[in-house]
Amino acid sequence: MTELTTNSTAFVDRLRTLETKLPALQANALSRFLYLGFPEISNEEWRFTDVSKLAGADYANPLTTIEADLSYIEANRYELILAAEAAIQPAADATSVILFNGLPVAGEDQDPALGVSIRYLSSADSAAGEIADTESNPFTALNAALFPGTLQITATAGAALEQPIEVVLISGHAGSSAPRITSPRIVIQAGENSQLTIVETYISLGSGTSLTNTVTEALVSRSAIVDHYRVNDEAKSSWHVSALAAALDASSVFSSHSINLGAAIIRNEATALLRGEHAECTLNGLSLGDGDRLIDNHTSIDHASANCNSHEVYKAILNDRSRGVFNGKIFVRLDAQKTDAKQTNKTLLLSPEARVDTKPQLEILADDVKCTHGATIGQLDPSQVFYLRSRGLSEGEARRLLTYAFAGDIVLRLKVERLQTALDERLRVWLA
Amino acid sequence: MALLEIKGLHAAVDGREILKGIDLTVNAGETHAIMGLNGSGKSTLANVLAGRDAYEVTGGSVIYDGKDLLELEPEERACEGLFLAFQYPVEIPGVNNTYFLKAALNAKRKYHGQPELTAVEFLGLVKEKLKILHIDQSLLNRPVNEGFSGGEKKRNEIFQMAVLNPKLAILDETDSGLDIDAIRAVADGVNALRSPERATIVVTHYQRLLNYIVPDFVHVLLHGEIVASGGKELALKLEKEGYAWLEQDLAGAAR
Repeated sequence: MTELTTNSTAFVDRLRTLETKLPALQANALSRFLYLGFPEISNEEWRFTDVSKLAGADYANPLTTIEADLSYIEANRYELILAAEAAIQPAADATSVILFNGLPVAGEDQDPALGVSIRYLSSADSAAGEIADTESNPFTALNAALFPGTLQITATAGAALEQPIEVVLISGHAGSSAPRITSPRIVIQAGENSQLTIVETYISLGSGTSLTNTVTEALVSRSAIVDHYRVNDEAKSSWHVSALAAALDASSVFSSHSINLGAAIIRNEATALLRGEHAECTLNGLSLGDGDRLIDNHTSIDHASANCNSHEVYKAILNDRSRGVFNGKIFVRLDAQKTDAKQTNKTLLLSPEARVDTKPQLEILADDVKCTHGATIGQLDPSQVFYLRSRGLSEGEARRLLTYAFAGDIVLRLKVERLQTALDERLRVWLA
Repeated sequence: MALLEIKGLHAAVDGREILKGIDLTVNAGETHAIMGLNGSGKSTLANVLAGRDAYEVTGGSVIYDGKDLLELEPEERACEGLFLAFQYPVEIPGVNNTYFLKAALNAKRKYHGQPELTAVEFLGLVKEKLKILHIDQSLLNRPVNEGFSGGEKKRNEIFQMAVLNPKLAILDETDSGLDIDAIRAVADGVNALRSPERATIVVTHYQRLLNYIVPDFVHVLLHGEIVASGGKELALKLEKEGYAWLEQDLAGAAR
């Protein structure tokens, strides 16, 4: 059943030998991945993001590393918890869950509020795979083949948890030096009228070649409210590929905030399917690029029902030789009348060698809709810099203040206070 | 010693000479008006004094408070007490007015080796100035100039001036685009800040602002040179007779 792919690396060859060892669903996903192969820049979706380095790495066998990781967790649970706490500095009464290479470390079995449950389920038992795009996204297919289990966060009808659920996802080599690929999977199921806030924070333990290939699915039922945050703060040697797939039922509200601070290469795909009327979707993002890092945000909002709103603001600040990519798709289907969609992408280039490629992609079939998009790319406005200097601020202070202000509106949109404070602090340090 | 002494100042923009030898002396406590038609070089003079880098000084000297002004960065000029009220105040989205003012004031204090103001001290100072200028407190929490009306922007400039307490204030066409009530409000603010230690240069096209901010001296700038200087009556003559007679005088002198 395996078809030929253009990739033929030691890792891909190793994957071929796993097909018979995986449960049926995962084996199917693996064959899909082997068919699709790692994407190349000739693929329009990957035109600006060269993943040949990721594709060429000789990753350790993902099935055998699970055993090693489990015993590593057993021996180092306390250190892992400390690392997670250092990263997010949670409030004393915060609900937190810690995963190491996609496997549970702490907090994976709890009910933080009436009707709200957190469980770690084997890949066979979970609801994973309902909405993630395993068909055409090779990385999602690869995750679906290799994920060791699912962190499933469920709110039953009417259940609400005001505090955020803090999920810290640590990636690490667990003592070995071979390149690692890890495949965390999170499923959020918000029942009717329920409310959940989830913060995913990605960090690394040590450095070394690793690829975090993570997938989160959010099923947002009628009138439910889900706020999702993902903060990438992985080591500068890490590669990170993520997919966030949300399905919104009628009158539901979903927001996603993607904060990209770490890793050498980041590729995020956030997709939202608005499948019930009066759903409301927000996709926001902020990326800070420096060195040779690359941060790619692909978003896709599918207005499949009438009377839905979507708002999208993605911003990037790129310094040194860093690169940014933004691709924002908005589909408005034929019967999705009265759609109101707004997309904004702004990039601030702080260095002449930084670069961004931005592409709004709107496909509108309905005729009674409001869709706007705007993209700006620029440097700091010299007249603003002069204005601040004429009031006594040094050129450096003026530039920092203006850069901070550029990011400020995304920071203010974070409804989790801890995140607002942390990002604010991070920005000040980054700009200093 | 004069607070400001400009001698033979020449300046160019994009290689085109705009100021062709300006001489001007301003003492503490004085208010000078610089009048002239559009394109005469009034705003260039204001911007050169503030240090905008699009303007290239090609000759002459400017001594301010005993220092070579042209050697100072714009922020050093500001910290030394020079203030330019912009003709077109710049909008700065995302930067709150209070934060901005505090940063500016503390930059100035740091420059002079003074400790930063505490939040309470700063707020006290700001509220006092708002009261003197009859400005609503809501201005404080808005982003700098963003979404402000023309009048609000100019009043915000005067408010910044009040907080920063400059030795030399240069008002660049502060009356442009304002109706008579707004002009009066801005002028009242400027007058409330008059003091024997402070000098003011009012750059304007029209005499009407000078009904409210009465100058001690009036200078007329034409084609990059000061062609006439006098008392406030010179402004009235310009209002009545226009600038044509000066053009003729100039042409006559050239012959």
